[in-house]
Amino acid sequence: MSRHRIEMTINSRPHAGDVEARVSLSDFLRDDAGYTGVHIGCEHGVCGACTVIVDGKAVRSCLMLAVQADGAQVTTAEGLAAPDGTLHPVQQVMLDEHALQCGFCTPGVVMTLAALTNDDKKPSEAQLLAALSGHICRCTGYQGIRRAAKKLAGAAGGKS
Amino acid sequence: MKPAPFDYVAPATVDEACSVLADAGGGATVLAGGQTLLPLLNLRMSQPFIIVDINKVAELKGIARVEGCTRIGPMTRQCEVIASEVLARDLPVLMQAVGHVGHHQTRNRGTIGGSIALGEPAAELPATAVALDATIEVRSTRGTRHIAAGEFYLGPYVNALEADELVTGISFPEWPKGHITLFREVARRPGDFALVGMVGAVSVEGGKIVRAGLAWFGMGPTPIRAKAAEQMLLGQTLDAIDPQAVAERAVAGTAPFDDHHASAEYRRTVGTRIFARTLREAVQIGEPA
Repeated sequence: MSRHRIEMTINSRPHAGDVEARVSLSDFLRDDAGYTGVHIGCEHGVCGACTVIVDGKAVRSCLMLAVQADGAQVTTAEGLAAPDGTLHPVQQVMLDEHALQCGFCTPGVVMTLAALTNDDKKPSEAQLLAALSGHICRCTGYQGIRRAAKKLAGAAGGKS
Repeated sequence: MKPAPFDYVAPATVDEACSVLADAGGGATVLAGGQTLLPLLNLRMSQPFIIVDINKVAELKGIARVEGCTRIGPMTRQCEVIASEVLARDLPVLMQAVGHVGHHQTRNRGTIGGSIALGEPAAELPATAVALDATIEVRSTRGTRHIAAGEFYLGPYVNALEADELVTGISFPEWPKGHITLFREVARRPGDFALVGMVGAVSVEGGKIVRAGLAWFGMGPTPIRAKAAEQMLLGQTLDAIDPQAVAERAVAGTAPFDDHHASAEYRRTVGTRIFARTLREAVQIGEPA
């Protein structure tokens, strides 16, 4: 059982830790770094709740070891809003479209949409809706999330 | 659940990775994109002593033209294949297939080599490799060998790799410009493994089919090459093809099973229909009246 010293940038702040090799990135982000906006649902890559942005791409943090993120830039839901509290465009549109109820799946959904729209990438509606197939939501019936995604298509995104 | 404890090494070169695998004597598992391995670790269905993470091995990444083939490094991520203009031009059917592998989020980590080496019988990429006559290059401290994709799969998740061998490249032979691609699968939800699917390519020269590569996935313990159907197609003109007859011949060579997703009978019935329909649409002879 090996232990590893790792350093990464989480939500623009450096964070270092000493982890067992078997610790997932999702557990590291929650338990070591304190970003409990990372929600852990199924722990085998099906539900999408733990989705975070690693080096610009939306990935399942339960399907990555923390040690693999050594040196990476990681963004969680806590890192989206501006320091003054202004919501990220994806958060705002989710709010406007009532795209959440209990909120368990929401951080994952938001991170996928943010990764696809950040840096003015202007994805198509079809791309956004296809990416949403990687998230399970048990409350909303998806219609609010679909409306949010449709509004985001072609709209100006946030910054990564 | 959380994985059982293991040691972790992340070699920087293929040589280093191979010597770790050789020293481990079968106790090591290679970590590529991790989109199947991590679930297996989390569920403790897999409990290796050592994880050999090959994500830092730069020589295992990238797409290149080598001697009439498109060679894809096994650590090329599925999202990189989707974004590749070279592959869109040279291997369009691989692009189609990759678009059905998992979800956007898993394709951002998942790799071509990982999916091909794993050999899930219902997965898209192993069948694509078999249909297109890909060659899988593997290395160990004992040397390099090349295995035809058609001989690589021995059973569900069982392949021809020895415990100390690492996949170092997948080479797809070139297909002529303008060849016809075929791909269709039936799955309960987007991103699920297929209940049944077919993939392949056909090329026409002087009005006649001169080359055909077709395979099934989800229709047996391994991807299954539809050899008899290919033979029926070769030498035919496109308007002389009877898609239903070809599909029936193709399905005769399969060995689907009953599971909680679908019965073998369902797979044969739906398989025949999607094979015939895909072939009919691909050769643009339209629906029969």
